[in-house]
Amino acid sequence: MIGYVVRRVLQMIPVLFGITLVVFVLLRASGDPVSLMLGEEASEAQIAQLREAYGLDRPLYEQYAVYMGDLLTGDFGRSIRYNNQPALEVVLERLPATASLAAMALVYAILISLPAGIIAALYRRRIPDQIASFLSVLGQAMPNFWLGIMLILVFAIWFGWFPVSGREDAYAVVLPGLALGASLAAVLTRLLRSSMIEVLSQDYIRTARAKGIGPTAVMLRHAIRNALLSYLTVIGLEASSLMAGAVVTEQVFAWPGIGLLAIQAINSRDMAVVQTIVILAALIVMLVNLLVDVLYSLIDPRIQHV
Amino acid sequence: MSDLELAPSAGWRLRPFAALDLRLSPLAAVGIVILLAFVAMALFAPLLAPFDPAIPSLRARLAPPSWLEGGVAQHVLGTDHLGRDMLSRLIFGSRIALLVGFLGVAVALMIGVCVGLVSGYFGGKLDAALMGAVNTLLAIPNTLLYLTVLAVFGQSLLLLILIIGCINWTTFARVVRGEVLTIKRREFIEASRTIGQRPVVTMFKHVLPNVLGSIIVIATMNVAMLIILEASLSFLGFGVQPPTVTWGRMLADGRGYVATAWWLAAFPGLMITLLTLSLIFIGDWLRDRFDPRSDS
Repeated sequence: MIGYVVRRVLQMIPVLFGITLVVFVLLRASGDPVSLMLGEEASEAQIAQLREAYGLDRPLYEQYAVYMGDLLTGDFGRSIRYNNQPALEVVLERLPATASLAAMALVYAILISLPAGIIAALYRRRIPDQIASFLSVLGQAMPNFWLGIMLILVFAIWFGWFPVSGREDAYAVVLPGLALGASLAAVLTRLLRSSMIEVLSQDYIRTARAKGIGPTAVMLRHAIRNALLSYLTVIGLEASSLMAGAVVTEQVFAWPGIGLLAIQAINSRDMAVVQTIVILAALIVMLVNLLVDVLYSLIDPRIQHV
Repeated sequence: MSDLELAPSAGWRLRPFAALDLRLSPLAAVGIVILLAFVAMALFAPLLAPFDPAIPSLRARLAPPSWLEGGVAQHVLGTDHLGRDMLSRLIFGSRIALLVGFLGVAVALMIGVCVGLVSGYFGGKLDAALMGAVNTLLAIPNTLLYLTVLAVFGQSLLLLILIIGCINWTTFARVVRGEVLTIKRREFIEASRTIGQRPVVTMFKHVLPNVLGSIIVIATMNVAMLIILEASLSFLGFGVQPPTVTWGRMLADGRGYVATAWWLAAFPGLMITLLTLSLIFIGDWLRDRFDPRSDS
């Protein structure tokens, strides 16, 4: 088990290396942050001086080598936009906001999909199933930013129950969480429904029923456990899209997380911050996947990682 | 029992479409009708739209839909903050959505299928390198990656399609590679190799037709995904730039007026939802047809 975890962590290294390379080349090729910082009236000498100060006058491969060296020592560069603050600090400051948003979305997704998926499977091809299936297709088809705006319209503006934006209010996370979690809830409902249907047709379920165990007990003790395996995997796989969705959702609700920060940083060519966000986001996604795989083997003793 | 011929236990399928039951399900029929309506809308936009979508009219700003109080009969769905006709803009917006959705998938399909075939067929170091690239691309949350790339390369329609294609191919590559690995050892592939066919011929003539079913299903779902992606990018200001009309940009513009003029944001989102819904209906139906094991 420990060997497996170590191996998985080692496998992440080339991917992380690839990511830093991709992002670094992209951003350095994107144009000069110095002219953006100084404005159009800056003199040649001023520009040259600042470029030298940031090491932007050196060849790309040298800049990358320096950057990688810095990364390995925990230095993610400094933000041009935020008073030369370390980029990692700027990003980490915003991380709790995104984490609470994603956690809320996950809570919604589980609270909606667990009952919906099970009910749909139990009443297969009957009205409850059709309603659940239709809603889950709808949840997948709706863009989350539109859902977010409509939620704002109805619950914040018309009813006035929640704040329109920001996260000062304790209840502020309710609407953005729902906007972000809706499509995950939809995906999970569909998945749980089909894996429940599959599990319910297995022989051991028939055996359990034949023994005279009531439907609820069959469900809780025998069926759900096995159906939950693929459910868990998909939650892990969707971590990436949750992160991607957060970028848009945060924009809609002016939620001060790393998604909003990313857009501001990209717009102002704050390269250190953009790189930090991308690397950190990818790292989180990979760690979540690892965590899910480990949990998976804990739940299902048949799976052994040697 | 035509499904039997498609079942995995029956082995490979030389003519994947021969045994196919193509009867439409009611939902698939609805999906196709909606999709065709959108295609017609995009093709004949200049004929269908009552107004020029780009021309503002300061006197008709923020007019509500015609059935509401204060609505004007000539602007059925109202006007936006610059007095442009909503209906006309919605009609023209379908063009970018469909172009990016379908052409983006076409580019991704070409790259993904080639990478998947090569990776699965040859294996070894080449496979490891290509899958390394796939894993790298998949690890970065996609919106972040697209925003960064678009910020670097600019925001024309052609570029957007190419960039989406160049990032989005990973799903196709993975699926094709997986399928190639399972059919690679079959007798008819061995036979093709033994009689001295070049790998390219074997791959495209014998391997590809056998993975076509799953490719079509994923491609359909992917078009829906890309339409939402395009809308998100436009919403964030990184899509095709004005004066070209995009639903995402309309939503972004309408967001500021949601308290006073809800129709600005409501209608473009409705269009996106309707279009992706139709594609999901079609995709589900295709999945049932190509993969009888699934139940959706």
